[in-house]
Amino acid sequence: MNLNAVKAIYRYEMARFGRTLLQSFISPVISTSLYFVVFGAAIGSRIEEVDGVTYGAFIVPGLIMLSIMTQATTNASFAIYFPKFIGTIYEQLSAPVNFLEITLGYVGAAATKALFIGVVILLTAALFVDLQIQNWPAMMAFMVLTCISFSLLGFIIGIWASNFEQLQLIPLLVITPLVFLGGSFYSVSMLPPVWQTITLFNPVIYLISGFRWSFFGMSDVPVGLSLLAIAGFTLLCMYTIYWIFRTGWRLRQ
Amino acid sequence: MTEEPIVRVRDLVKTYKTGFMALNGVSLDIRKGEIIALLGPNGAGKTTLISTICGIAVQTSGSVTVGGHDTRQDYRAARSLIGLVPQEISLEPFEKVVNTVRFSRGLFGLPPDDAYLDDLLRQLSLHDKRDQKVVTLSGGMKRRVLIAKALSHEPQVLFLDEPTAGVDVELRKDMWEIVARLRAAGTTIILTTHYIEEAEAIADRIAVINKGEILLVEDKTALMTRMGQKELRIELAEPVDAIPESLAPYGLDRAPDGRALLYRYESTGERTGITRLLNDIQAAGLHMSDLQTRQSSLEEIFVGLVTPGASGKAAE
Ligand SMILES: Nc1ncnc2c1ncn2[C@@H]1O[C@H](COP(=O)(O)OP(=O)(O)OP(=O)(O)O)[C@@H](O)[C@H]1O
Ligand SMILES: [Mg+2]
Repeated sequence: MNLNAVKAIYRYEMARFGRTLLQSFISPVISTSLYFVVFGAAIGSRIEEVDGVTYGAFIVPGLIMLSIMTQATTNASFAIYFPKFIGTIYEQLSAPVNFLEITLGYVGAAATKALFIGVVILLTAALFVDLQIQNWPAMMAFMVLTCISFSLLGFIIGIWASNFEQLQLIPLLVITPLVFLGGSFYSVSMLPPVWQTITLFNPVIYLISGFRWSFFGMSDVPVGLSLLAIAGFTLLCMYTIYWIFRTGWRLRQ
Repeated sequence: MTEEPIVRVRDLVKTYKTGFMALNGVSLDIRKGEIIALLGPNGAGKTTLISTICGIAVQTSGSVTVGGHDTRQDYRAARSLIGLVPQEISLEPFEKVVNTVRFSRGLFGLPPDDAYLDDLLRQLSLHDKRDQKVVTLSGGMKRRVLIAKALSHEPQVLFLDEPTAGVDVELRKDMWEIVARLRAAGTTIILTTHYIEEAEAIADRIAVINKGEILLVEDKTALMTRMGQKELRIELAEPVDAIPESLAPYGLDRAPDGRALLYRYESTGERTGITRLLNDIQAAGLHMSDLQTRQSSLEEIFVGLVTPGASGKAAE
């Protein structure tokens, strides 16, 4: 195992993050605050409680998920797309590293950034609503796993993309809609029965539901199923990356 | 030299996805500690050969070993020995010089060693630039940063893909000096170039590649004497308007001012014909005032090799 390579990639990526720390910090704080003003205060005041939780508190897990999923995907895809774009990827390709080391470095850094933003949002949210987290370890586990699995997805997108449009396509066209329709701002039980069934095919629902369970102890789908879904998704992404590096797809000429 | 070659390329074929065959069965042994120049016109396959050895491109067939390690089966060991300076300057613009060099060292699996890197930057006259962003450097300095990155992990084999393309004369001399120092320290160097004078100045051996095939690999001096043509310049006391009829068989050229005759011959030929020529010139009533000989340069040899009409010579 080339641990020095993992460290080198991780440090290099985190240094890039450090240069824009203020930006990375301020934008989630502002957008979260906006969500609370609009959804929490304006709309939330007209909605009673959802499953015994105030609406303002109810949307917190969904908000965090929305941000960390998009952040993780965007960060990781950009991190590997950029060297491809400017040509510095020659170095990673000619270095004595295997797929696991490259992935650990890039995905580790992207996941760390996303986690940082998730925590910032959580803290901001705590200023607006009275948050009670029932199961801290489960909450952290869901957050970390989501950061990792979506960074893996982003990494694949970054390798696949051959231009900037493609780089933004999946986050914009797939992730954001899935998260919005995945019960971030409502409980699945609030939907008509047909839509409840359709929603079950949205993978994101399992993540948000499990995450919400760790906050409030209630969920749309069983927690075990949520964990299974996210573990399966992570493994699928890992295998895809392994395959990419074995065949050199989109990387090696 | 019975020592194992440090790089051994066997029957290497590379066909790109476009269907273009850029390497057509290349075999080449590179000796430990030598400087070998890969000479060839644009599109000959020089960069493709380097990319395939370094792992950036995957060969269609054939094999490469570096330090005895197969570059596919045992890529970790093989790649650890290699440093690569690519043809295109590709660097992250907003990163500090020292950070990109540190990154390269780590990527190749070595623990941080700022003392070594400082020394390296100093040798490449980059030390005062170590905390500057890459974007603020000139083109020549960026190329040095690429060299620093390639050397950051103390490689045994260094590939320089056109290190002096677009570099001014002074910097080119600097670059040659750097190469000479590395060689003295025992690094094996493979460089590609279009400048024949460059190969002539610094290489121990020369490989000529064209259309994905190696046309020849030979010691530079041996190559130059074996294939070198010599030119004899005969200065005349009085100018002539035309070459006398009796000298026609020698294929002489007349200098534009008519004050000299030029005679070309193979320096290694059994008979150079010089004695007979000089006798015949005297017999024709011309007075010689001076004689000069000149060895043809590698450039002329090279042009002779890669131009189709002269390919008979390449086949030895
Ligand atoms: N990725 C690629 N896909 C398809 N064809 C390629 C690719 N890279 C190079 N080629 C082709 O392979 C041939 C050899 O290219 P290569 O870059 O190895 O030449 P070179 O000898 O380095 O030339 P130069 O002196 O211009 O750098 C060229 O005809 C080129 O067009
Ligand atoms: Mg080239």
